[in-house]
Amino acid sequence: MSILVDRNTRLLVQGITGGEGSFHAQRCIEYGTKVVAGVTPGKGGSTVFGVPVFNTVEVAVKETGANASIIFVPAPFAADAILEAADAGIPLIVCITEGIPVLDMVIVHRYLKGQSIRLIGPNCPGVISPGQCKVGIMVGEIHMPGKVGVVSRSGTLTYEAVAQLTALGIGQSTCVGIGGDPLPGSTFVDILRLFQQDDSTEAVVLIGEIGGTAEQEAATFIKEQMTKPVVAFVAGATAPTGRRMGHAGAIISGSSGRAQEKIAALEAAGAVIAHSPADIGVTVKRALKND
Amino acid sequence: MKVHEHQAKALLAEFGIPVPEGKVAATAAEAGEIARELGGKVVIKAQVFAGGRGKAGGIKVADSPEEAERLAAGVLGKRLVTYQTTAEGVPVSKVLVEKAVDIQKELYLSIIVDNASRMPVVMASEAGGVDIEEVARVIPEKILKAYIDPVIGFQPFQGRRLAYGIGLDQSQVRMATDLMANLYRLFVAKDCSLAEINPLAVTADGKLLALDAKLNFDDNALFRHGDIEGLRDVEQEDPLEVKASDMGIKNYIKLDGNIACIVNGAGLAMAVMDLIAQAGGRPANFLDIGTVNNAERVVNAFKIFAEDPSVKAVLVNIFGGMARVDVIAQGIVEASRQVDIKVPLVVRLAGTNVEEGKRILKESGVGFIEALDFYDAARKAVAAAQSS
Repeated sequence: MSILVDRNTRLLVQGITGGEGSFHAQRCIEYGTKVVAGVTPGKGGSTVFGVPVFNTVEVAVKETGANASIIFVPAPFAADAILEAADAGIPLIVCITEGIPVLDMVIVHRYLKGQSIRLIGPNCPGVISPGQCKVGIMVGEIHMPGKVGVVSRSGTLTYEAVAQLTALGIGQSTCVGIGGDPLPGSTFVDILRLFQQDDSTEAVVLIGEIGGTAEQEAATFIKEQMTKPVVAFVAGATAPTGRRMGHAGAIISGSSGRAQEKIAALEAAGAVIAHSPADIGVTVKRALKND
Repeated sequence: MKVHEHQAKALLAEFGIPVPEGKVAATAAEAGEIARELGGKVVIKAQVFAGGRGKAGGIKVADSPEEAERLAAGVLGKRLVTYQTTAEGVPVSKVLVEKAVDIQKELYLSIIVDNASRMPVVMASEAGGVDIEEVARVIPEKILKAYIDPVIGFQPFQGRRLAYGIGLDQSQVRMATDLMANLYRLFVAKDCSLAEINPLAVTADGKLLALDAKLNFDDNALFRHGDIEGLRDVEQEDPLEVKASDMGIKNYIKLDGNIACIVNGAGLAMAVMDLIAQAGGRPANFLDIGTVNNAERVVNAFKIFAEDPSVKAVLVNIFGGMARVDVIAQGIVEASRQVDIKVPLVVRLAGTNVEEGKRILKESGVGFIEALDFYDAARKAVAAAQSS
């Protein structure tokens, strides 16, 4: 059916009373997501769009049985929000916040080590299983239920790819934005593994970008463990070296960060490469036909 | 965020790491004075953010205060061109005047956060004084690593392992371990993204000394380090980028092409740059306008482009999710009123409130070329730039 989120997801919104939190909580509710609770310290007892607000995640989970959380807390406090959700035992945490200090994420990863908690993000658009559940800020209307999984470091570039797929009648099982930070809670490999295990996903679209070695690690996984076709696009082939291109993780330092290296690794692993971002949809169509 | 060598060394000294005796000078006369105070041979080091100073003539030894003054005059107020700068180089407004030291060995030491393990890693090597990326490429086994669990921090046994591993004498092992522990303390206390001492010298009398130091700071953490923010040297950055940052546009990078871009989202902005290149053009900038639901940021972007004489066309590609297209459209209309947009404008809008956005643009009378998707936008922008 999908990975990570579906009709059984009971969502808690951390930061629900803030500008972004309330705006997106409403959009998720409109999409059909079961938003069961909100948390903003000090605003416990109030409601936002009919959703009860609590002071702590612990109490919110006890009272509502929330099993997923989406975080819209400002960067200086976001790592603490992730830790609070993990401490309360929430198995899926999606952190939208951009700008969390790297050393804060080092601490978060250390805390999550060994626990069965999946963190998506930070600095990501979230997760959507079209037709079932939206835990994120993406435009629900451009998505269509189907059999292709999408995993991406980008937000808006993913919308372009999804729009191309939907226009071709190719629906999506789940779209996961892993985010643009250098220490993401879940990597390409983590999500590819879930797609490989998901009966309803028949192919995967991977959207990468310059910086780091996530695409190379994905290539190794694709070669050794994926039996489903993968179509990949890597943004930033024309980006200059040494500069941070928006995302904290998009810095080419050393040759492995270059788009060309990533494309070569993915191609060698058997992924089909879309050489232009405008060709992602048609490349998937061809890959599905050939499979 | 980067800082100069002399600023990095001041921080190192604060954390108990030995650095050469020296002071920074803004004029040649000051440099001569400092040389006199220090006595003996001194090294005149141009303070710029780029590496490769030595080969470019940015590091010179002076035997006397008079020579120090002369050498300082030779670089101050000029631009230094190294293999890491553009052809225009970077301005030199300060030099560090340091007491020259006799050294017997050059080692390498640095700390970064390793993405794969998600932990800080201390790296040490006997191959100091050279480009570490070359070492990593050719003799990676010469780089020793110690991964740091943030809960327990840097432990003495890790320091000893590295120190013995890079061939230090027993008399230096304890010094090295303390030095590494102090560097790690600094790294965490100041939210560094890189702390590098290259070379870490072993002096003729067997002591350790940080001959050069580089500290980069996590931009995401600057909100909690006002003291570090205060060290910023905007002269070493591109003036348009500084101006953009002052106007609230944090994700603007000046490039050397002629098609200015406004895009929402970093990945999408990179993809648009790629599309422009594939269509035979060259982007004038990278600009991620982010989730802007205020027209002013769009206006400011156009103001920046108006100051860039190389711009021959402007491409706006917005796929609004969180960003609302009608607000962007309003921004474009506002911009056309406040800024004289002399070059062709190509606009592609999609996503939240797109119909309203298109209506606003059409009714405004602003001249623009409509594009259906981002491929179409890139092609049209390249064609417009060529004929403009």
